[in-house]
Amino acid sequence: MTNPFAWIGSRTLEGLRALGHNAWFFVELLRATPAALRRPYLVTAQIHSIGNLSLVIILSSGLAVGFVLALQSYYALVTYGASESLGLLVNLSLVRELGPVVTALLFAGRAGTSLTAEIGLMKAGEQLAAMEMMAIDPKSRVLVPRFLGGIVAMPVLAVLFSSVGILGAYVVAVQLIGVDDGNFWSIMQSGVDVWRDVGNGIIKSMVFGVICTFVAVYQGYETQATPEGVAHATTRTVVISSLSVLAMDFVLTAMMFSTH
Amino acid sequence: MPSEPTGPRAQTSSSEALIEIDHVTFGYDASRTILNDVSLRFARGKVTAILGGSGCGKTTLLRLIGGVHPANQGEVRFQGERVDTRDTAQLYRLRRRLGMLFQFGALFTDLSVFENVAFPLREHSDLEEEMIRDVVLMKLNAVGLRGAAALRISEISGGMARRVALARAIALDPELIMYDEPFAGLDPISMAVTANLIRTLNDATGATSLIVSHDVQECFSICDYAYLLSSQGRVVIHGTPAQLNASEDPAVRQFIRGEADGPVRFHYPAKSMADDFGVQA
Amino acid sequence: MNKRGVEILVGMFVVLGLAGLLFLALKAANLGSFSASDSYVLLAKFDNIGGLKVRAPVRSAGVTVGRVTSITLDPKTYQGVVKLDVQQGVVFPTDSSARILTSGLLGDQYVGLEPGAEEKNLGAGDTIKQTQSAVVLESLISQFLFNKAADAGSSTPTPAAGGAKK
Repeated sequence: MTNPFAWIGSRTLEGLRALGHNAWFFVELLRATPAALRRPYLVTAQIHSIGNLSLVIILSSGLAVGFVLALQSYYALVTYGASESLGLLVNLSLVRELGPVVTALLFAGRAGTSLTAEIGLMKAGEQLAAMEMMAIDPKSRVLVPRFLGGIVAMPVLAVLFSSVGILGAYVVAVQLIGVDDGNFWSIMQSGVDVWRDVGNGIIKSMVFGVICTFVAVYQGYETQATPEGVAHATTRTVVISSLSVLAMDFVLTAMMFSTH
Repeated sequence: MPSEPTGPRAQTSSSEALIEIDHVTFGYDASRTILNDVSLRFARGKVTAILGGSGCGKTTLLRLIGGVHPANQGEVRFQGERVDTRDTAQLYRLRRRLGMLFQFGALFTDLSVFENVAFPLREHSDLEEEMIRDVVLMKLNAVGLRGAAALRISEISGGMARRVALARAIALDPELIMYDEPFAGLDPISMAVTANLIRTLNDATGATSLIVSHDVQECFSICDYAYLLSSQGRVVIHGTPAQLNASEDPAVRQFIRGEADGPVRFHYPAKSMADDFGVQA
Repeated sequence: MNKRGVEILVGMFVVLGLAGLLFLALKAANLGSFSASDSYVLLAKFDNIGGLKVRAPVRSAGVTVGRVTSITLDPKTYQGVVKLDVQQGVVFPTDSSARILTSGLLGDQYVGLEPGAEEKNLGAGDTIKQTQSAVVLESLISQFLFNKAADAGSSTPTPAAGGAKK
């Protein structure tokens, strides 16, 4: 009967080792940050490739989610005669949950995989080793700018997702369904608190930004320098990012929105 | 299989060694030792070749010189100074004095040809853009690619990529240039061009060149001295190309002449024919 | 993509993000309605604050004039001490009363201020003397049952089937 125990034991040890390696890597990234900040253009270029180039998918998804949310919420609320609260419901759903979480999942899929693949291919092509041989730390030149770029881009994308979602819901609710324009905004405004709802949502998206970008960069750096290795690494990025975001979302929601 | 070098003595100490590998043993993990108590000296201003089959530790040797890994035993010395992988400042100081040409170029694919060659200049020197432009174009001219400066990496061929990588490796006029399999996969013309470049650059700049390769003929045409490593990670023989050609050692002859069977067996260890095919051998 | 172009685009990206943030904060939430800078503090003590939370609105005649900033327990009198931030310029006479009300039927609770008739007004740091606690559902139900039982007792007694009256 020792086999299952040995298996569990070795998997646990492997998990602990991986966690430790992750932590070490995070510290290394932090250590390389001052050097990276001496070249702000590197970070700027990454914000562009991570943030700007994700705008299309984030904005269109936000709009679509806003439309659907408005429709579905209306059908639910109208049975209780509370259809005027449509704006409030959509806003809270987006700003507290859907904005940060869905943006993070989309981000992991679009920007995360591209980061992992890019870094993995650079490693496979010995570009990182070449940089090392030229006495340039690849962490501060390649990895940290991407890490910082993702952390900056994510909250911006989440805010834009929520904003576009609310506007989309407005169009569906007021123009299509016929909810009262004034009520839509006033009930929403009286029910949404800037610090508690919008602020917490932004904190969430910052945490998710750190998680998703870190996972993407780590997987890219640790990938095996083969084509299959890069493919596996990109898959792992999406899976690990998504699961971590959802788990973290539960923890953060419990912390932030519990009624005390 | 000889266990110590049988060739003539190493070059006299009158030509000083830039790099010394002193009784180095190294393996990536405990199960496999790649280099077994090897000692090499690379004379300043000369072109030295490191020959051997695949997996005998040639590229590993370059990594040890560059301080990527610490030797398990023994010392690596760069101009008398011990290479300590834990001392990042010293490591980066030494690395600025060397240039390395990777097997497939390892160019930065998101930059243009010009940007690639300018990279080390921008990072390590305080030159103004005008000066950098001149230096880059001069280096590209030395490898014959001055007209390709504006091209993107995706637009150039493999042979051109290696020449651009060479231009990048010499951008800071290093004292030591290391070439990892510079002839692998090249057509005869490109091979001749590369060999010619390695030799002329070495003579023109007074640098020390290390070539890791298994192309014996090309190496012999340009190198002053050569080491042959065995698959057990030991130095089989070292000497001038003439001395290696004249060696009587069967292992050396098999490699130099490229014979299919000899001390390095053709057949991977297997059961007898009778066992596998059920026939009388 | 040249360097300058990239930097401009990233700048636009960040500006877009800030615009979204402002939209969410001002148009979609309650930041624009009340600024906490010009306000003064009033105190009110309640026997039971019910479900009142910090940052709940303070309303008079239905108009929001302030926010609840803190809720603590007075260890000597065992009353809930509620600190209110009221807009500067909105003053209440010293005999004004504070009640904890519910917005709508099942909504959030807020503090309602009703002005009194005195000439002098409450100043910063003053305590509102007249308070009415929140309505607690259990007390309401037990009150209702008690009333029902009292009504049943005082109405004409039902004819007893024989047996002596207790």
